[in-house]
Amino acid sequence: MATEVPPQRNGRGTDPGPGPSGTGAGPAPERFVEVQRGEEFGELRRTYRSFAFPLTIAFIAWYLLYVLLSNYAGGFMAIRLFGHINVALVLGLGQFATTFLIAWLYSRHAAHRLDPRAEAIKARMEGDA
Amino acid sequence: MTIPAASALLAADSATTEHRPLIIALFAAFVLATLGITIWAGRQTRSAADFYAGGGQFTGFQNGLAISGDYMSAASFLGISGAIALYGYDGFLYSIGFLVAWLVALLLVAEPLRNSGRFTMGDVLAYRMRQRPIRTAAGTSTIVVSIFYLLAQMAGAGVLVSLLLGITSDGGKIAIVALVGVLMIVYVTIGGMKGTTWVQMVKAVLLIAGTLLITFLILLKFDFNLSDLLGAAATNSGKGDAFLEPGLKYGVSEVSKLDFLSLGIALVLGTAGLPHILIRFYTVPTAKAARKSVNWAIGIIGAFYLMTIVLGFGAAALLSGDTIKASNKAGNTAAPLTALEVGGGAGSTGGSILLAVISAVAFATILAVVAGLTLASSSSFAHDIYANVIKRGKATEKQEMKAARWATVLIGIVSIALGALARDLNVAGLVALAFAVAASANLPTILYSLFWKRFTTQGALWSIYGGLISSVVLVVFSPVVSGAASSMIKDVDFHWFPLENPGLVSIPLGFLLGWLGSLLSKEEPDPVKYAELEVRSLTGVGTAEAVRH
Repeated sequence: MATEVPPQRNGRGTDPGPGPSGTGAGPAPERFVEVQRGEEFGELRRTYRSFAFPLTIAFIAWYLLYVLLSNYAGGFMAIRLFGHINVALVLGLGQFATTFLIAWLYSRHAAHRLDPRAEAIKARMEGDA
Repeated sequence: MTIPAASALLAADSATTEHRPLIIALFAAFVLATLGITIWAGRQTRSAADFYAGGGQFTGFQNGLAISGDYMSAASFLGISGAIALYGYDGFLYSIGFLVAWLVALLLVAEPLRNSGRFTMGDVLAYRMRQRPIRTAAGTSTIVVSIFYLLAQMAGAGVLVSLLLGITSDGGKIAIVALVGVLMIVYVTIGGMKGTTWVQMVKAVLLIAGTLLITFLILLKFDFNLSDLLGAAATNSGKGDAFLEPGLKYGVSEVSKLDFLSLGIALVLGTAGLPHILIRFYTVPTAKAARKSVNWAIGIIGAFYLMTIVLGFGAAALLSGDTIKASNKAGNTAAPLTALEVGGGAGSTGGSILLAVISAVAFATILAVVAGLTLASSSSFAHDIYANVIKRGKATEKQEMKAARWATVLIGIVSIALGALARDLNVAGLVALAFAVAASANLPTILYSLFWKRFTTQGALWSIYGGLISSVVLVVFSPVVSGAASSMIKDVDFHWFPLENPGLVSIPLGFLLGWLGSLLSKEEPDPVKYAELEVRSLTGVGTAEAVRH
């Protein structure tokens, strides 16, 4: 692999680039570095990551626990709770319930804690440009 | 066609021959309606942004509906209800993996992707990296994943239509596969993303309505008592309580348990790496709308999978396992057969109408999904490989769209040819492979690109190609291809990998290679590019310009 090729900083030529604007316009690269290092953006990143990352680990762990219980704890999963409803079915429906719950929790977090911060930074950067 | 499958037609035969005109009329109505939509959408498709992203102006709800239409494939509608009908609880495990997977998309992928890309998965992967090698890799993996997925849908169409129309000859099945292929070429070349999105929305509404109707009719038979329904399913299956517990399909040996774990991981991590799902996030104007569309999709898809529980256990309670298996060994026709049963049984008018409706819905499902897959692969070919690799970013918009349309025709022809060859293959294996490849080759690179500042071009290439090659090679040498009763190739046995799903090995390998490739890279990651990507992905700076119209 040709690893010695230097990274192309602004070397996109006439390609408008992969950015969403597609116009090549918008804030200068140095401005992004400045914002990225700033306190306000650091706060936004922390608020996002400290919520989304642990929650992701939690729901994947909970899902894997469910898969492993199905695999290796057949006796426990077969316990009948009422009628023909057993632990396996209730835990399975529990996965649906937690999925809906997590989607709602994240969206609430995003609307209250992320969107206002993101919009403030966006407005300022686009105002400068 | 195999002998049991042919005799199987008896179950539905009296109804299908008698009411075949009705089934054909419903199919034709759907095809005409969607062609109308496509022509209307085609008139509004002028720019590349229209073709690739439908102008980026759909609402969160519309896109949520379209995502549901793109995601709920024939494999989930026919496959899951069939798997539950045959294996009880173990079939239900699929639904859970397919749904939980959406949280990965919601929490980690949808919003940053919307903010930092325009048309393809490659846009985001190549953002910080050297454009040409990464776009080549992203395009390759997009096309491989989409083709495997396409094959499964095409083969499914053959199975379904042969049951419904009583077409059992090879020529007839190939003709059906060709018809599906031609329709999808028309949808995508003329309607682009706008047409495809509307077809997917219409299909989602039809699928939910059809599933609701059958679910209601099944529950009506059991006085809306789920416990009684499960009890009847357990008794009628002949397997008793074991039918309601995990293990009938995957609990038979230690290897099959590992296989289940592997499948579970591939399902939950695969969704957020499926290119045809990812490009749907570009059809909305903002990250907020992308979030909203995933929330709608989670609601709709979740409700649908909850109904598959009733559909699958209902099939087990109302039909004999032999009837289901005789019709299709994998149980793929359990849902239409149940529709026939709850409508009044074979020969009754109600049963035939319901069978026809559900079949038309399943047909609509296949068409909408293949259109989405074709669009994803032709977009990636035109935008990543043609415009940015071959033309080095100097292609005009017109040239790029022309390339996308030709790529659509080419991919359509290739999938017709492969679909015709694959018409008797194990469909479920192909879908699970698509998920495993997506999770091994695409997801690690997407996550590293967005969140890890030390990630380099070499890391991305190792991860994409390593994940892609390892998952495909492991499947080739798995029991899916040779060495088992259900293998694609019957007479020779060259398998050495024991699991049907490669995810357990290839997904960690994809993540590991991405990390290792970056560490061993002589090239320093570009901090300025990462700053640009990170700030854009979290704040949406620059997306407003894409909204202009």
